[in-house]
Amino acid sequence: MIKIKINGKEFFAEEGETVRLVALRNGIDIPGLCDHPDFKPKANCRLCYVEIKGQKKPTRSCTALVEDGMEVTTESERVSKMRNTNLELIFAEHIEKCPTCVWRFECPLLKMADKYKIKLTRFPDRKAGRKTYKFANAVEIDGSQCIDCRSCVDACAMQKIYYLELKGKGIEQEVVPTNDKKKHCILCGQCAVHCPVSAAQEQTHWEAVEKIIKSQKKIVVAQFAPSIRVSIGEDFNMPYGKVMTEHVVAGLKKLGFNYVFDVNFAADLTTVVEAEELLERIKTKGVLPMFTSCCPAWINYVELYRPDLIPNITTSRSPQIHGGGFVKTYWAKKMNINPKDIVVVSIMPCTAKKYEAKRKEMKIGGNFPVDYVLTTREFSFMLKKNEIDLTELQPISADSPFGEYTGGAAIFGGSGGVIESALRTAQFFAFGDNEVCKFQVDFKDVRGLEGVKEAMVDVAGNKLRIAVVNGIGNVKPVLDNLKNYDYVEVMSCPGGCIGGGGQPIPTTPEIRQKRIAALYEIDKSCELRQSFENKGVMEMLDWAKEQGKHTEHKILHTEYKKRK
Amino acid sequence: MDIILKIKEAGLVGRGGASFPTATKWETVKNAPGDKKYVVCNASEGEPGVKKDLFIFKNHAERMVDGMKIALDYLGAETGYIYINPSYYNKLARKLNKLIKDTKIILFKKDHRAGYIGGDESALVNHIEGRRIEPRLRPPYIATNGLWNYPTLVNNVETFYNVSLVSAGEYENKRFITIGGDCPNEGVFYFDENWPIEKILRETNNYPKFKFFVQIGGDASGEVLNSSQFNKPVSGAGSITVYSAIKHKPNDLMRKWAYFFFNESCGQCTPCREGTYRLKEALKKKNIDWQLVYDLLGNLEETSFCGLGLVAAVPFKSYFNNVYKAYD
Repeated sequence: MIKIKINGKEFFAEEGETVRLVALRNGIDIPGLCDHPDFKPKANCRLCYVEIKGQKKPTRSCTALVEDGMEVTTESERVSKMRNTNLELIFAEHIEKCPTCVWRFECPLLKMADKYKIKLTRFPDRKAGRKTYKFANAVEIDGSQCIDCRSCVDACAMQKIYYLELKGKGIEQEVVPTNDKKKHCILCGQCAVHCPVSAAQEQTHWEAVEKIIKSQKKIVVAQFAPSIRVSIGEDFNMPYGKVMTEHVVAGLKKLGFNYVFDVNFAADLTTVVEAEELLERIKTKGVLPMFTSCCPAWINYVELYRPDLIPNITTSRSPQIHGGGFVKTYWAKKMNINPKDIVVVSIMPCTAKKYEAKRKEMKIGGNFPVDYVLTTREFSFMLKKNEIDLTELQPISADSPFGEYTGGAAIFGGSGGVIESALRTAQFFAFGDNEVCKFQVDFKDVRGLEGVKEAMVDVAGNKLRIAVVNGIGNVKPVLDNLKNYDYVEVMSCPGGCIGGGGQPIPTTPEIRQKRIAALYEIDKSCELRQSFENKGVMEMLDWAKEQGKHTEHKILHTEYKKRK
Repeated sequence: MDIILKIKEAGLVGRGGASFPTATKWETVKNAPGDKKYVVCNASEGEPGVKKDLFIFKNHAERMVDGMKIALDYLGAETGYIYINPSYYNKLARKLNKLIKDTKIILFKKDHRAGYIGGDESALVNHIEGRRIEPRLRPPYIATNGLWNYPTLVNNVETFYNVSLVSAGEYENKRFITIGGDCPNEGVFYFDENWPIEKILRETNNYPKFKFFVQIGGDASGEVLNSSQFNKPVSGAGSITVYSAIKHKPNDLMRKWAYFFFNESCGQCTPCREGTYRLKEALKKKNIDWQLVYDLLGNLEETSFCGLGLVAAVPFKSYFNNVYKAYD
């Protein structure tokens, strides 16, 4: 353990840590735009200078490693001159689109301009002519807002997708999609969640959603994902990992949504469908290993890169599609509403969910189960735009019947959660009621933030070999050794959905850890922890069965196809 | 005597411009752990006004190759690369390829787009590896983590030439100087490294009769000196460029420098990518905002990512201090 002083105050640090990391951890703000704990320092923005006692020149705190007894000062005339000039230069790279920018309430550029009293306009903007590159209907990079920090390129490389590249030199430098026809964007949005200035961003739906709510012509239903309840609080100054379930409901109601459902309910449903399919595959010696399908970026990956593995993916739809599907069938009938008059809006931690929602094969009776997908960031933007402070709202429970959930659903948002939930249910189904002592609830081997996790689970005498891939960049060793596994979960984003491409910024290893821990806390506090115990789910599944094989299949299952 | 002792005794320093002690560099590479080691001859010569590497290739290529071989032997290195300026390659490839036949040395043609930045040793290493041509964040240094992360020795053409001389006991503390600009006898000359600028200009019959100033160490990043400062030897890369004080309007010269650095910036860091562009734009104006120019130059000097950005302020500042103020 090392002790250093920053601005006269003493702090503990670990060997190998940078000065900036230690400062930020202790709430001392050192500006910086290119540094992210997920990546090696790039040191290209040149903003994070500090004075270190004994050194002649100010040093960059993103690369300076702590030493015992080091004395750091974060302000000096020289530091401020260096930082401010570079800030002015960076401002002129970024065309302000503040009125419609989902990032305007969190924008570090605006915050720094305010804090350091810098004019945003010392230099005229130079990127007006830059292109916006759109990736399917989910993600985009707006070159006119890019400040050349390159973190999006690093994020794409972390995912081992390498779709984003740098083109040109000097002021011509630009982040572009690759020309290599063998590389494809899987829409994971890690570029967006690592972009400090919202140049890489989601293709927004908030405008459309706002319009529909205002028009009052439709029944507008919101459904929110398992993981956003543990992340949204960060945008409202709550500590990392604060559980905000009922505040989220209240916020959505305040925005004018007529009904608010919890995707946790649908996650229980997905669990049951998937567990049944797993057991069926084992029984009939079907294609194994079976892959989870909840992560739409992973589905894109398989369809684009490994279509040969399509038979391995569970045909179960994902929770948002299950949820939306039941809203527009079961619930519409029950409420006596024409499904065409219902608009379902998902609040997701994810950019790829926007693409998933618009897949034609998802349609049931001509209707998309989900009409719009907002990211966590878009949701928090809508709240702030309407001056709604989530933390001040009176908590409200989600609407029935899509309100109840078990602990199994709650953990869907973290890496390992989907498979753990499915195993809880599959084991019960396989062993049956009489052998209660033989099944377990906690599968700790599949938890945590390692790249690949493995476990062996006994399901009615079958030893299932489990793998959990945490981050698509780690998928290769598992795909190279498929014969070693029976059931595999893949989440494209590090940490799973809690680290998703639509989540609040920053999302760092430490923050992922806290969000995921909060999910397990919810799980522990649930009275029911196995999805099949969710009575509403079992009722809906029975109802689906009564609608006949064709309709049941439409609502519960999907298909995949080779692309490109 | 051991080659490293000879190099130390001769006091060899790098002739690429930075004047880093050669023996220290060699020993660092030697002592760095690594299954493989590499040697690179930096023949990028991207600094305008410097032509000495070309001169050595034309006249003493075998000595340069000899110097590289000595380095390869000393380090037990796997491969040597001659990273060569593309126009030199076109002129000399056949001759050089003959010389390096049956050696561990390979000719690597520098790309046109590599430009000035290709001369930075870490950018050059990136280029050979097939990565984006731009400087690496250091540490780690190229000497310990160079080509494919192996210890790598990068020396200038003239440095390897000098090693060959030192090894044969023929080194006489001389250096090559390119002389050009507003003078009658342009060319590359070979003089004692301690000769002052004035002596060199007179010896080559290049000392002008008109009011003039010089830029030493390159037409882009070199330092500008007035005639009262000619009693010191040439530092940096070996060159002297003579400017007629009447012919060269101050703003034109500065515009030329600014355009050069703007055009050669790799784009990696803010002060260079943005700063050289804004500098170029500021100098275009009729009424130049000198405070802005001064701020941008200071910022380049203080916060640039690599040495090339750091030295961009040198010609401007030395011109202000030594010529603009002195002659006006």
